[in-house]
Amino acid sequence: MTTDPVLDAVAAASSTERARVVATLIRVTGDWDLAEDCVQDAFARALVDWPVRGIPNSPGAWLTTVARNIAIDRLRRSSTEARAVKQLAVIADLESLDEPTAEVDDDRLRLIFTCCHPALPMEARIALTLRTVAGLTTAEIARAFLVPEATMAKRLVRARAKIRDAGIPYRVPPPHLLPSRATGVLAVVYLLFNEGYAASSGEALVREPLAAEAIRLGRLLDALLDGTPPLAEAHGLLALMLFHHSRRASRTDASGDVITLEHQDRSLWDADAIAEGLGLLRAASRLTLERGEHAGSYQLQASIAACHVRAADVTSTDFARVAELYGELARIAPSPVVDLNRAVAVAMSQGPEAGLALVAAIDRSGSLSGYYLLPATKADLLRRMGRRTEAAIEYERALELAPSEVEKRYLGRRIAELTMREK
Amino acid sequence: MEYLLFICNDPTAPPFDPAEDTTEEWVTEMDARGIRRAGNRLRPADDATTVAIRDGNVIVSDGPFAETKDWIGGFDIVECSDLDEAIEVAAAHPMARFGTIEIRPVWPIE
Repeated sequence: MTTDPVLDAVAAASSTERARVVATLIRVTGDWDLAEDCVQDAFARALVDWPVRGIPNSPGAWLTTVARNIAIDRLRRSSTEARAVKQLAVIADLESLDEPTAEVDDDRLRLIFTCCHPALPMEARIALTLRTVAGLTTAEIARAFLVPEATMAKRLVRARAKIRDAGIPYRVPPPHLLPSRATGVLAVVYLLFNEGYAASSGEALVREPLAAEAIRLGRLLDALLDGTPPLAEAHGLLALMLFHHSRRASRTDASGDVITLEHQDRSLWDADAIAEGLGLLRAASRLTLERGEHAGSYQLQASIAACHVRAADVTSTDFARVAELYGELARIAPSPVVDLNRAVAVAMSQGPEAGLALVAAIDRSGSLSGYYLLPATKADLLRRMGRRTEAAIEYERALELAPSEVEKRYLGRRIAELTMREK
Repeated sequence: MEYLLFICNDPTAPPFDPAEDTTEEWVTEMDARGIRRAGNRLRPADDATTVAIRDGNVIVSDGPFAETKDWIGGFDIVECSDLDEAIEVAAAHPMARFGTIEIRPVWPIE
């Protein structure tokens, strides 16, 4: 918030209305670059116009009208003979464009599905979703992904070109495609969240807004998918993100170092977020029960996270249930990382020996070689069993593989503790 | 929109099973729907010839570009309303199971 009500109004319109206005213009013109440029110009005009004439009653309608007029001007000026007929049709559509109506939500949903089309590279899907749906600037996205702004700009241009040139349809997929495409959209949102939450490289701080943005998108999707089959998974994903995010204040200490789940101060957990997540999870369970379906991957992951956030402390956590849920997850989405997590839950409910046997099996399979959490988990279990020398060796292995400074510092501390006690 | 489908071999895919070869049904269906414009199998890479002009000389070499080797076994030109329809058409081709199909939008000369 600033002290200037006009700047506040423009900022508010940017976060709530921008995607709708862009979506509407794309629908009518079919031209992503034109739509983005005209909406950008409309916001620039608002900064000039609103201080003089006052903030309009409906900023979204004002922006749509202004962006539409800019688009009509541009098309008229750039019209060449060869394209004239097609452009006249677009201009006619723009001129008959009404003020935003109930269709706006469909417009936004269309936008999300197109941005997350599987024919686009994953990094382009993420960038396009952040730019077009979430309204982040190219500079902000570039900063969050630690790439130069020019690189990110090029990525966005290429993605929009592919939408046009490869004929990626601008629509909500028909019912027979909806479940698989919705899963793809949810995956983009979750990836975005994880980028912000886990910070795959470098320092964590700059990426935290990504997690909040992913939750905002998750909420939007959850609302938009109401009444469709993928709703249970949309509930599940939103709940999962809320549970993880509820712990953000307790995840790192003052110097930014990792605090593991067992040592986190649970009074810092966001009770509202947890309550909301639990409500969503109950609704998801009802939906899957009604449809006679098995819980999907996000619903299961959220159920696991719920076991943690519901418990007053580590010892009262229902780890047998956690292990069981990981088992279910491994059945529908087999992954060595899920197996590793199951091993940890087994260690907590049945003792470190049982967990270590499972970890050793994963290690032998070689499917997680290069993943720092494998030696880190092994090290933790060995330490609990009092096998300190072996534990230290595994922590060293993990340290070599750890992707970010924060994790390296955590592992360094563990090694120091072990070697200190030996002396 | 017009798309070219490259029907490609893929050694990691399940081996080709003649009993499951529904290419003819696919061709019949896509012709009936007005989607398929042209298409055929291609002779193996051994029968390929590569031509280039360098320093004014026509250089003819036997065989394909190294990258294309025996990968492309056929092609189809299809007319679809958008990429999703092209994906559906490609997914219905039996070689989507025994190989892979690359969808390339045709870039018309304006």
